[in-house]
Amino acid sequence: MKTDTIAAIATGLSNSGIGIVRISGSEAFDVIDRIYRGKGGRRKKLSAEPTHTIHYGGIYDGEQLVDEVLVMLMRGPKSYTAEDTVEIDCHGGVLITRKVLETVLRNGARLAEPGEFTKRAFLNGRMDLSQAEAVIDVINAKNDYALQASVNQLEGSVSREVKKLREGIIYHIAFIESALDDPEHISLEGYQEKLLAELQPMKEKVEKLLRSSDNGRVMTEGIKTVILGKPNAGKSSLMNVLVGEERAIVTDIAGTTRDTLEENIRLEGISLNVTDTAGIRDTDDVVEKIGVEKARMAADQADLIIYVVDGSRPLDESDEDILAMIKDRQAVVLLNKSDLTMVVTRKMLEEKTAHRVIAVSAKERLGIEELEEEIKSMFYHGEIDFNDQVYITSVRQKNALENTLNSLKMVEQSIENGMPEDFFSIDLMDAYEQLGTIVGEAVEDDLVNEIFSKFCMGK
Amino acid sequence: MAYLEETYEIVVVGAGHAGCEAALACARLGLQTIMFTVSVDSIALMPCNPNIGGSSKGHLVRELDALGGEMGKNIDKTFIQSKMLNQSKGPAVHSLRAQADKQDYSREMRKTLESTENLTIRQAEVSEIIVEEGVLTGVKTVSGAVYHCKAAVLATGTYLRARCIYGDVSNATGPNGLQAANHLTDSLKANGIEMFRFKTGTPARVDKRSIDFSKMEEQFGDERVVPFSFSTDPETVQKEQISCWLTYTNEKTHQIIRENLDRSPLFSGVIEGTGPRYCPSVEDKVVKFPDKNRHQVFVEPEGLYTNEMYLGGMSSSLPEDVQYAMYRSVAGLENVKIVRNAYAIEYDCINARQLKATLEFKAVSGLFSGGQFNGSSGYEEAAVQGFMAGVNAAMKVLGREPYILDRSQAYIGVLIDDLVTKENHEPYRMMTSRAEYRLLLRQDNADLRLMGIGHEIGLISDEQYEGLLKKETAIEKEVKRLEHTTIGATSQVQAFLEEHGSTPLKSGSTLAELVKRPELGYDALKEIDGERPPLSWDVRQQVEINIKYEGYIRRQRQQVAQYKKLERRKLDVHFDYSQVKGLRKEAMQKLDLYKPMSIGQASRISGVSPADISVLLVYLEQMRDKRREEDHHTGENNGERIK
Repeated sequence: MKTDTIAAIATGLSNSGIGIVRISGSEAFDVIDRIYRGKGGRRKKLSAEPTHTIHYGGIYDGEQLVDEVLVMLMRGPKSYTAEDTVEIDCHGGVLITRKVLETVLRNGARLAEPGEFTKRAFLNGRMDLSQAEAVIDVINAKNDYALQASVNQLEGSVSREVKKLREGIIYHIAFIESALDDPEHISLEGYQEKLLAELQPMKEKVEKLLRSSDNGRVMTEGIKTVILGKPNAGKSSLMNVLVGEERAIVTDIAGTTRDTLEENIRLEGISLNVTDTAGIRDTDDVVEKIGVEKARMAADQADLIIYVVDGSRPLDESDEDILAMIKDRQAVVLLNKSDLTMVVTRKMLEEKTAHRVIAVSAKERLGIEELEEEIKSMFYHGEIDFNDQVYITSVRQKNALENTLNSLKMVEQSIENGMPEDFFSIDLMDAYEQLGTIVGEAVEDDLVNEIFSKFCMGK
Repeated sequence: MAYLEETYEIVVVGAGHAGCEAALACARLGLQTIMFTVSVDSIALMPCNPNIGGSSKGHLVRELDALGGEMGKNIDKTFIQSKMLNQSKGPAVHSLRAQADKQDYSREMRKTLESTENLTIRQAEVSEIIVEEGVLTGVKTVSGAVYHCKAAVLATGTYLRARCIYGDVSNATGPNGLQAANHLTDSLKANGIEMFRFKTGTPARVDKRSIDFSKMEEQFGDERVVPFSFSTDPETVQKEQISCWLTYTNEKTHQIIRENLDRSPLFSGVIEGTGPRYCPSVEDKVVKFPDKNRHQVFVEPEGLYTNEMYLGGMSSSLPEDVQYAMYRSVAGLENVKIVRNAYAIEYDCINARQLKATLEFKAVSGLFSGGQFNGSSGYEEAAVQGFMAGVNAAMKVLGREPYILDRSQAYIGVLIDDLVTKENHEPYRMMTSRAEYRLLLRQDNADLRLMGIGHEIGLISDEQYEGLLKKETAIEKEVKRLEHTTIGATSQVQAFLEEHGSTPLKSGSTLAELVKRPELGYDALKEIDGERPPLSWDVRQQVEINIKYEGYIRRQRQQVAQYKKLERRKLDVHFDYSQVKGLRKEAMQKLDLYKPMSIGQASRISGVSPADISVLLVYLEQMRDKRREEDHHTGENNGERIK
């Protein structure tokens, strides 16, 4: 925690095109002064403007205009958190809002912890005492999800890469530290050149991760949704209906590539990453078996399972298998082909599962709205905005990668400036901690353990 | 009624490095103090390595000195070689280490104790603590004598149920064959105190006459010695120094060790205690680092008037015959004669999470503890804890507020916070990497950081304190002057820069900017700094460090400001965490176990997440508001339980 000024996207992320980035804390006005310019790019200090005023202008990342915005200034204690607060109204859509947030984070604010605005508002006496429990619930719910999300959203390869980087960094810190603690046993002679040489590939790896995070490939933003069902139950047509219906909205987003679109579906601010799977049934066919295994694995990792039942055919062993599989999961059961003669009824299914059962016809697009409503109500309960955290998590991860890169550059600079070795480990430790937030690992006693396991110390 | 009853204000149990500092602090603060030891001849004994200080330990000694402790002064009187370690590295990791004449060290400390008013020394084994309704009222010795007191400091070191082991020989003694203390553990357990069993070890002492020094590298002390104590005149420590010697183990040594591992009590399971990883026995090193074909052995004198030499790096618990064989395989030690065998020692100590940051037991009011008894290792770690425990025991008796140094103020604060907050599974040693704000916690500024506190406690004289204030002012003034003095790109300046391999100026620059250049420094700039006032070396050093590392120092200061916010939110150690709705179960259990004294401390307990801290903060706020309302209604203040 390097600064007390926090920022986050304050609105639920929808595709309505408007998003608000909120900055709160003692340096909120310093941050906005660094990135705001008035009409026509004229420099203007908002910190000199009166409180509770709104200003039209642009947010600049260096010389680059990010978005045209309205900025609202609120000096504490007359604000939501009772601290100095700046709200930036962005009009360029979800991705631009995110870019504005990233710019804010690069200029002196840190990303808010889950529920932190609310927490501050409460601690600063802006809320009624009776709301304390609700505040605690928000903190807990948001945090639980953020923790889960930060780890789950990472692709295996990214997480492996980050862990490898961390191992490399902690090794160097441990080496420096053991030499400082035991200078007569461990020498740092010639070490600077060696470290300098190893920093280059580390930096390149972080840069590569950063680039891929911009492509949206690193952190899949959205609720992992898997469509399950026996072959020919109508999974693919359901997928098409869902994607097709949302396509117009999705293409609103600038810079989003076509292949990620295909599996990303947005339901009024909820983003779903939908995977279509091979039908599940008992089989001896080798090729099909692999497909079925994959489906099971995808279902294991899913946040939400949509189970499609073909209502025109009787339930069999495979259906029982799937029902058992989704028993303790977040799931919706769709009774498909309601346009045909049904041999399976809603009642029959409801006796076998506690999940919501909805009759649909993918072909006739019947019941789709009901499905969407159900998904929404599953994820929006109370004040908790599930999807926000998914989104925020990815910003957090990108922010952490940027900070890591900066720290590694600082080490390089320290070496070039002829600083002594003990200064290197300060920035290396920062890099290590930043990467740790991505893979959800705290620092605790890592360093001391590394020192003792890798280097022979002392008496 | 006991046959003998006496009353003191403070009882100190143990006369090692912790006990001495505790007893001196209390007596000097005017309290009637009695210090117990199993042997008056073992006061301030150094049963292991013959030196004081070293990386980060040197910091502890200087901090202790700034607060008014004795260790720094005592080593300044009795050192026979001194070195500032890590001089090629940054100022934050410079660290003093001095070889001591062990006997002299012990004798000088005893002299100081014996000439301190209010202090009684008594040879007796304390076997019981007397506790009435959670409050300590006295101690009892093995002979049945009772000593009433208002507070006690336990500093039993490695003596509780101690056992010394090598090969299959196991003696129920403390270090150096001294009598162990076998009774106190039971009394502590009966009072609900949880005990650990730790282990450490020491190498053999050998006869100097049997060593061939021509096969070893000579290790000299520094040419200019820096004293440990801020009150020692540097001129008085410039004296002739004694050398140490460096040699190495070799493949043959390692082979002897490997062949005899089955005879080591460590590997056969005779030893149950947990040993420290940073101070491994030579057999540990050989097993854990099989790729290293040699390990360093430092041969260090134990004193001026003894032939005994310490074999640093070769502690062991192997049988006597194996010790002989392995030592004699080392270059220069081919014909070595052992005076004292190497051995491992096991002893009882406490799980320090039972202590408050004041080093007082949470469960027994008036009972304090310090040193290896708390699960640490090392003379310096012991001394600073003994001092803090002594000071806080005295504060309690005097009805004054306790002193807690935090992690941003001192290594002492880091040490104590780690001990009472973190899971500790081995004897704890100080390391510079444990201090997150180490750029601020330098050995060179220990006086600036802590002498004010020492003065407030009452252990630093007015005269010394005034000297400190003058130093502070001088530093501040000179830094300002350098920041505000601009020099132009004159030919003299350009020539000077060129001569020092520095880029010439394009326009004017402040002197401070030039100090920051890696190839320049404060002293070097004298030539082009016409208005420089005459300043002492320690002021010049502070000016240079403050300017040169200003960016890093500022960053750490900002981090400290954040840290302090959480540290300031105090928690009651009797707080009931089960009433906090929304805390995760694991967090609740951990908080209940550790009973932290502040939100900051709570946040460092493993298993307590930032979200748990948020929940706790919200809950506390809620309680505070409720209390305010109640107070308002009843018109009386129920006391600040949660601040």
